[in-house]
Amino acid sequence: MKLSEKELEIIEILEKDARTPIDVLAKMIDLPVEETEALVRKLEEAKVIVQYTALIDWRKADGREGVTAMIDVKVTPKRGVGFDEVAERIYRFPEVKSVYLMSGAYDLSVVIEGRSMAEIAQFVSEKLSTLDSVISTTTHFILKKYKHDGIVFDQGDQDRRIVVSP
Amino acid sequence: MKPQTRKTYVSKTVAGLKPSGIRRFFDLASSMDGVISLGVGEPDFVTSWSIREASILSLEQGYTSYTANAGLLELRQEIAAYLRRKFHVDYCPETEILVTVGASQAIDLALRAIINPGDEVIIVEPSFVAYEPLVVLAGGKPVAVCTSGEDKFQLNPVHLERAITERTKAVIICSPNNPTGTVQSRTELEAIARLAEAHDLLVIADEIYAELTYEGEYTSMAAVSGMRERTILISGFSKGFAMTGWRLGFAAAPDEILQAMLKIHQYAMMCAPTMAQYGALEALRSGERDVAEMRNSYRRRRNYFVASLNEIGLPCHLPGGAFYAFPSIKPTGLTSEQFAERLLIEEKVAVVPGNVFGQSGEGYIRCSYASSLEQLQEAIKRMKRFLARL
Ligand SMILES: Cc1ncc(COP(=O)(O)O)c(C=O)c1O
Repeated sequence: MKLSEKELEIIEILEKDARTPIDVLAKMIDLPVEETEALVRKLEEAKVIVQYTALIDWRKADGREGVTAMIDVKVTPKRGVGFDEVAERIYRFPEVKSVYLMSGAYDLSVVIEGRSMAEIAQFVSEKLSTLDSVISTTTHFILKKYKHDGIVFDQGDQDRRIVVSP
Repeated sequence: MKPQTRKTYVSKTVAGLKPSGIRRFFDLASSMDGVISLGVGEPDFVTSWSIREASILSLEQGYTSYTANAGLLELRQEIAAYLRRKFHVDYCPETEILVTVGASQAIDLALRAIINPGDEVIIVEPSFVAYEPLVVLAGGKPVAVCTSGEDKFQLNPVHLERAITERTKAVIICSPNNPTGTVQSRTELEAIARLAEAHDLLVIADEIYAELTYEGEYTSMAAVSGMRERTILISGFSKGFAMTGWRLGFAAAPDEILQAMLKIHQYAMMCAPTMAQYGALEALRSGERDVAEMRNSYRRRRNYFVASLNEIGLPCHLPGGAFYAFPSIKPTGLTSEQFAERLLIEEKVAVVPGNVFGQSGEGYIRCSYASSLEQLQEAIKRMKRFLARL
């Protein structure tokens, strides 16, 4: 889909801050509010804007810190459907946050979020490893998130500039 | 025997300089908490990591000694390539480019290298606060030519011509301008060029904000026909590359003038800081993408901020560059000082009164939109409340 200059501006701005108020957005791209609204709706309908989400630092919510693991999965692809069928069987599990087909040493990269290591271990041993086409899994637990989707966690973002300067 | 009265040690010239009006506002604003500052004349971005990294690497490798007086040759070559690429002007890296401690030092050197006592230097106002005192310190006489909001602060060549006398040596122009954000159009530049030729004047072109031009292609004064020979092009890394604290700028000028500037520089400064020069080298080699991203971000904030100023009743032209909006506060009936001071005290928003930038800045305030969108929104909210109360 070929996007116009203004549409590109909209998605660039909303990707950085999905909560930019519509009147502010309209001024930033120099269009009337109604037209801006229409463009945003169009981008939503075309699924260019897939969803608006919040990036949460769960470590700050006591008792809800959770555990994230990245699992390298080797599978036997099936004739006709290749990797798609097994990928779908995996991504349907709600605890699975993302699934990527990879080149290199393994086939699928699966990101899982759970309440505890035990919960993830259970998922891997009972649900994932037991799938027909899965040959092997290697589980890596994430110890700390420094940067996620381009956003640095806990960045010292205070303004270091003096209040008035030439 | 002790003398009865102690003489003043400070030179008459320095004693006669007025303290910067920005300084006064700085002191006032710094003494308060919770201030939203639109008073900053610098980017709100931190220098790109690859530039910082290159500078760190130079330290790790032990590049901690002086460089050539004119700056690392490698850097001068890269500056020459940059000027060719961006502005289509050709300078010889060996003899026509000088790396300085900020554009500030380049302006000082340019003035000191060309002024004989009593020479007049025309300053286009409203102007960056340093021009006038630097002309005075160099022994020259500043002559102001005013521009006005009605002309979106474009310089009127007729006004310029009226200010030219036998003693006029040079004209300082700044585009995009601090504080007005105005970009001189190609037509105006050509008109200025014609006057410079007719009266045999030099033009000191402060192009430090050239990277932050939002519409159309930027025209450098040095690229206007016939002007390379009579232009001292001044630029640097502070604004476009978000490197204000690095103190690194440069000048490009014909051999004779540049060598004169180099003479002063080698005695007064030796050379610009070495680690900063390595950072700058990386900035020119790989900074383009980051600069484009920052420019985009400023442009969007400009659009938001200027539209909002107009909406709340502070009429403002759409500035073509830099990161300043220069709205008129004339509808309020206050002077720019009164407006800025009351806004600061009553609503905790710091702006700079326009009169700081010369007489023609009276009736305006300078607002920097190099602040986060949230801060800008909050500033607009507070300014609106302030205006409603007047
Ligand atoms: C027009 C203008 N010229 C020069 C400078 C100084 O730049 P530098 O940091 O490179 O000395 C500034 C800084 O505010 C400026 O606004």
